Amino acid sequence: MSSRDTIFKAIRQGLGRGPLDDAARAKLDARIAEPPQHIRATVDDADLVARFAQRFESRSGTTERIASLADVPAAVAALAESYAIAPSAVVGTALGELAWPEGWQIDHGAATIDVMLGVSLAWRGIAETGSILMLSGPERPITHNFVPETHVVVLPVEHLVRHYEDCWVALREAGQGAPRAMNFISGPSRTGDVEQTIELGAHGPRRMHVLILG
Amino acid sequence: MEFRSPEFKTRAVHALHDANLQKALSNTKAGFVVKRAQAAAEMPEFEALRDTAAEIKNHVLANLDHYLEKYEAAVTAAGGHVHYATDAEDARRIILGICKKANAKRITKGKSMVSEEMSLNEALIGEGYEVVETDLGEYIIQLADEPPSHIIAPAIHKTKDQVADLFAAAHNKPRKTDRAALVAEAREVLREKYFTAEVGITGGNFLVAETGSSVIVTNEGNGDLTQTLAKVHIVTSGIERVIPTLDDLSVFLRILARSATGQETESYTTFSTGPRRPGDIDGPEEYHVVLLDNGRSKMLGSRFQDMLRCIRCGACMNHCPVYGSIGGHAYGWVYPGPMGSVLTPLIKGMDGTYDLPNACTLNGRCQSVCPVRIPLPDLLREIRHQQFRKDMTPKRQKQALKLWRYVAERPKLYHFAERIGVRILASMANGKGKLRSLPFDPGWTGARDLPAPTGRTFLELWQAKRGDK
Amino acid sequence: MSDTPTKPRPRVGLFATCVMNAFRPSIGFASAKLLEDAGCHVSVPAAQTCCGQPGLNSGDEDSALALAKQVIEAFEEFDYVVGPSGSCMATIRHDYPNLFADMADWRKRAEALAAKSYELLSFLTDVMGVTEVDAEYHGTITYHDSCSGLRSMGVKGQPRQLLGTVKGLTIKEMEDTDVCCGFGGTFCVKYPEISEKMADDKLANAAATGADTLLGGDLGCLLHLAGRLRRKGSPVKVYHTAEVLAGLADGPSLGEAPKEA
Repeated sequence: MSSRDTIFKAIRQGLGRGPLDDAARAKLDARIAEPPQHIRATVDDADLVARFAQRFESRSGTTERIASLADVPAAVAALAESYAIAPSAVVGTALGELAWPEGWQIDHGAATIDVMLGVSLAWRGIAETGSILMLSGPERPITHNFVPETHVVVLPVEHLVRHYEDCWVALREAGQGAPRAMNFISGPSRTGDVEQTIELGAHGPRRMHVLILG
Repeated sequence: MEFRSPEFKTRAVHALHDANLQKALSNTKAGFVVKRAQAAAEMPEFEALRDTAAEIKNHVLANLDHYLEKYEAAVTAAGGHVHYATDAEDARRIILGICKKANAKRITKGKSMVSEEMSLNEALIGEGYEVVETDLGEYIIQLADEPPSHIIAPAIHKTKDQVADLFAAAHNKPRKTDRAALVAEAREVLREKYFTAEVGITGGNFLVAETGSSVIVTNEGNGDLTQTLAKVHIVTSGIERVIPTLDDLSVFLRILARSATGQETESYTTFSTGPRRPGDIDGPEEYHVVLLDNGRSKMLGSRFQDMLRCIRCGACMNHCPVYGSIGGHAYGWVYPGPMGSVLTPLIKGMDGTYDLPNACTLNGRCQSVCPVRIPLPDLLREIRHQQFRKDMTPKRQKQALKLWRYVAERPKLYHFAERIGVRILASMANGKGKLRSLPFDPGWTGARDLPAPTGRTFLELWQAKRGDK
Repeated sequence: MSDTPTKPRPRVGLFATCVMNAFRPSIGFASAKLLEDAGCHVSVPAAQTCCGQPGLNSGDEDSALALAKQVIEAFEEFDYVVGPSGSCMATIRHDYPNLFADMADWRKRAEALAAKSYELLSFLTDVMGVTEVDAEYHGTITYHDSCSGLRSMGVKGQPRQLLGTVKGLTIKEMEDTDVCCGFGGTFCVKYPEISEKMADDKLANAAATGADTLLGGDLGCLLHLAGRLRRKGSPVKVYHTAEVLAGLADGPSLGEAPKEA
């Protein structure tokens, strides 16, 4: 008997039954097709942007409001200058064609070990926890989120939602199933592994800056 | 991982005298206990979420076969592979096979207690692979050649100075004692490993049947780099970790971080669904999930089924005063503290694990913080019952229980015996109000005096005064 | 509310825990006084011995079952069963019904008894509506929350509320007052070193308050803590909360030598 069969047999033996009948299976499948909605954290803030920013900043992230996508390069350049980061970045093509200042080197490929700055487009922002949701795809390389020391994320306000669950609704509406990778990111990388004292930049980005667009 | 639970007593006493360990453990309270209490207090829905989480887990366990099938089908549809392993050996065989096929030399690993259960590192290293733990805590204890002492903070027993010594020895760099500098040094060293590993192994906090996604929750981002940069990503998880939908998952995301570290959320919650897709320019080329049974299916339908709700947050050990006194190593296997004292006898067997469920005062603090409301004290007591039935309870204790029962079932004899007993003890105290030693002492007077009885029992005084029946 | 003359006084069976019966009769008298002051009729059945917890916690379910039957028989005639111990009373309240899971008749009787079983102080406040006591104690106390009382019987505010009405008494809360003291029944003799460490952590927290008296609601914990204090030569006094509330804390504290006559 394969390990799979052994385990399924043991599970059913433990539960004191054979395989579920069709009716029971249909009921469970229906639970997946129309997931029950559970209790959530109350998010009654009138100003979701303020809540998002407050929560994100509580975990050492930083935010900035910009008016249009065209403002992204200048905001990134200013940030790079303030931290003395060289004018070079990996940028997902999901952000479209941006007019970068002269002297900037922009790469759309996967992040390599020496990349110091990444600029990405968030798929959603979640006001409840002040988190962003990144999806993987050819236009949104996942390495951009984790390899660079500084990560700048553009979050269009129309994509700021209240709860995690709002993301699932949007994801199901998009009808593509789950992408290969999805990341809720809620601030810079951190560790408490040395004497339970928080240090930033354990492995992922040391700095995270969200440009709230709109 | 080496199994040293039989040495619990000696290792516990050793731990009590380890000054570095005691210093490190004293950090736990401010680090975890206080923060969890704040996080719970700040969220009015927290208690209701715990109830919901327990209900979802109960629903899954009652239908585990179905949800595993759904999950497996979704992973397969996304181009991934699901492997089932009945025990640790089975799991090692599967993973060694994947690594061999991948022509791997270097393997990076995110924190995974299931892989500790499999003794995976020993097996991989034995086959000549270079294995690099990338979670900072795991990396520290790998350098120290020690097992984890906590399931979410594996190096909680190490002080900064000890870490400094380990890094100086391993990295060939000047010794640093600044925390930030230590973290930066590990970052630099491990970065190169991520980019050159052929296989990346992570755990899986949750498996979502709806989408076929494995989910890890981390603060460091090491798991993400591990699984994104290697050619082959292997997820190790227990068969009980599947949940139906993303909406169910949301409930757990709200309680896991709060229970574990007192955070509203960890920095990263990462979903992986299969290997890289057409057009993707990064991500692993192969995606495998190894689902470990290792005694879990046997808990289904037993008095220990509730234990399968566990989400490995560590809150029970953070709040356990015994764990807080002796740390995790004394427990002698992967899972320490209250949850470990239930799981270890169930997974490794009753032999050699006698002390684990007994070294507990049944104070119930673990249960009061468990996010999925596992009745840990009841389960620990149930293991004691099984030990008793298997005749594992020490003879002396069994005889004492037998005598106690014989006397206690005979009220007249019982009260007569108590009257004699209190007179003897009172006269031994000789007006001092306390006894410094006892004949046939079962272990009381090593560290404490025995406050002496006054010489008469309550019942005899009451009856003399009140003549009550 | 109703002081109609027809309403009989509740008949309370006092559960005299085995440790109390042997080591500290004054807790029994203090309990009886507090109950009678609250308007109860108190009886102490002679047929009682032990609640069965030693067997229950050491794996000997049969012994626990036999003793549970005995307790049920001795106490089921009363309106309430009340004891000065969160631990024993939690056994009766929570464990008895489960012990008889497969014995319908006994289960019913166990459930009936469980429903009317109370830890002393929570009974006084929550059932009898007592809000103050007439007692004096000159000292600063700190109160240790014994685990079973706290987590299984919901005893937390009640003793503090009543202690607040004792003349001359000041309460100073210690840190980690809800953390186990390391007694744990047989735990304290099976793992004495760990138990000692837990006691010392507890006593360090108590000492940090500057209190001259340590109070608690379970004699097991108190014997353990008083024993450790006496061994270390500490002058801190240890009493059961009921002794202070009943004004019976004028004798030697636990482990203290009686005054010369």
